[in-house]
Amino acid sequence: MDFGFMAQTTVALLSGLPLTLELFVTSVLAGGVLAALLAWMRAGRVPGLSALAAAYVFVFRGTPLLVQLFLIYYGLSQFPEVRHSVAWPVLRDPFWCAVLALALNTGAYTSEIFRGALAAVPTGQVEAARACGMPRLTLLRRVVLPIALRQALPSYATEIILMTKATALASIVTLKETMFVAAKLNSETYRAIEVFLCAGAIYLVLNIAIARAVALLEWRLSPHLRRAPDALPGLDTPLELGTA
Amino acid sequence: MIPVALSVKDLRKTFGALEVLKGISLDARQGDVISILGASGSGKSTFLRCINLLETPDSGEVRLGDEVIRMRKGRDGRSGAADRRQVDRLRARLGMVFQNFNLWSHMTILQNVIEAPVHVLGRPKAECVAEAEALLAKVGIADKRHQYPAHLSGGQQQRAAIARALAMRPDVMLFDEPTSALDPELVGEVLRVMRTLASEGRTMLVVTHEIGFARDVSDRVVFLQNGLVDCDGPPADVFGTGGSDRFKTFIARHATA
Ligand SMILES: Nc1ncnc2c1ncn2[C@@H]1O[C@H](COP(=O)(O)OP(=O)(O)OP(=O)(O)O)[C@@H](O)[C@H]1O
Ligand SMILES: [Mg+2]
Repeated sequence: MDFGFMAQTTVALLSGLPLTLELFVTSVLAGGVLAALLAWMRAGRVPGLSALAAAYVFVFRGTPLLVQLFLIYYGLSQFPEVRHSVAWPVLRDPFWCAVLALALNTGAYTSEIFRGALAAVPTGQVEAARACGMPRLTLLRRVVLPIALRQALPSYATEIILMTKATALASIVTLKETMFVAAKLNSETYRAIEVFLCAGAIYLVLNIAIARAVALLEWRLSPHLRRAPDALPGLDTPLELGTA
Repeated sequence: MIPVALSVKDLRKTFGALEVLKGISLDARQGDVISILGASGSGKSTFLRCINLLETPDSGEVRLGDEVIRMRKGRDGRSGAADRRQVDRLRARLGMVFQNFNLWSHMTILQNVIEAPVHVLGRPKAECVAEAEALLAKVGIADKRHQYPAHLSGGQQQRAAIARALAMRPDVMLFDEPTSALDPELVGEVLRVMRTLASEGRTMLVVTHEIGFARDVSDRVVFLQNGLVDCDGPPADVFGTGGSDRFKTFIARHATA
């Protein structure tokens, strides 16, 4: 193996990393908002909304992301209504098509994670908050969401790691992110092993960083699930009071 | 004449076809300690939970001090609170202690105690912390204040839950079988705290299976049977000649159990 070439390749591939990160961050944020909305729709008592959200999740989880991306990128432009709509400047841009597909897809998965986490909040703790007169929004902010967040973190970490890998699909719609650069280098050099090993390594390092960050967050947020400070001399530093 | 702190009139509640409360009335004057006894399933928890509207009663009236909880019938014919803000305000004056403690698991004991005073009543945090520490010392767990509920024994958790309820400076305290989930050797420490509260003249409604507490500590004993008040009076009467036959059977079964 030619390590000089691999070093060069890695440097070249890193030019695609900013776009990979941009795709990842934008679609995870948008998907998170969508997921919160879907989870709210499903948890609510309005039967129509709840069924709508369930159907959405069913469709977007049950079809390949690539199909969704092609439908958005190639499919939508066939409708004159879309081409003449105010949304066209956005929908003709491959970046926003990719973000839309990724966000719609991860929103479906993430809403299920949120739904499970909300359902796992102990009813007794919610009742205790209601019983002392806590208004609904305060209850959500102070009790339900903090507990649900801790519950959701491990599965959420898995989902966003899947998302970093899914951004590679954007190379197919001409976005010059990491995978696009790799495919281009491969067609120029025919050194597939080196090129794609380097590309894979970049995703791997990115995902290790994400996994470590989430694990650290989980640790920070879960002192109540660890052993008592009595059992851990030196770790008796209480969390800051009322961190809101 | 001692003013009435809490007044319940003709409270009714059904779950589906099951009529759990068939018209229960009860007045608690300030400083009254009222024990509520009854067989399992007789509706004791439902009664307490209807007072602070954790369950919505079908009909009846709950009055705290001079304020009546306003109810209205919804479009589907079911009753509900007319004004959620009023309910929240009144709940803040009704401290509740649950069988399973229900401390907030992600907060330390101290955070549990100051949570509602700070975020519901909007009181200054420093003042609440000072008061919370005094309350935790009073219930004997000051040294646990920076620990999480999962790290405490059941008895300690229940005492923390009592401190949490006290921190709201409630007008009336509702206890739903506060010692039933505890190992026998931990029951005493919680009952001791409750005796102290009773001796301070706090108004308390206590659902309990602790016959000793009902007889020795309370000013009044109310025995629920099939969704109705079967007998109601000072313990000396009810445990003496005033009690119904059903109450005597209940006590006899408990004494041997
Ligand atoms: N949310 C509910 N839905 C349906 N039925 C209920 C509900 N809550 C209580 N019940 C029923 O109402 C009846 C009274 O229940 P409740 O919990 O008030 O009894 P209790 O006197 O507190 O009993 P225990 O001593 O076992 O705590 C029981 O038959 C119970 O099954
Ligand atoms: Mg009960």
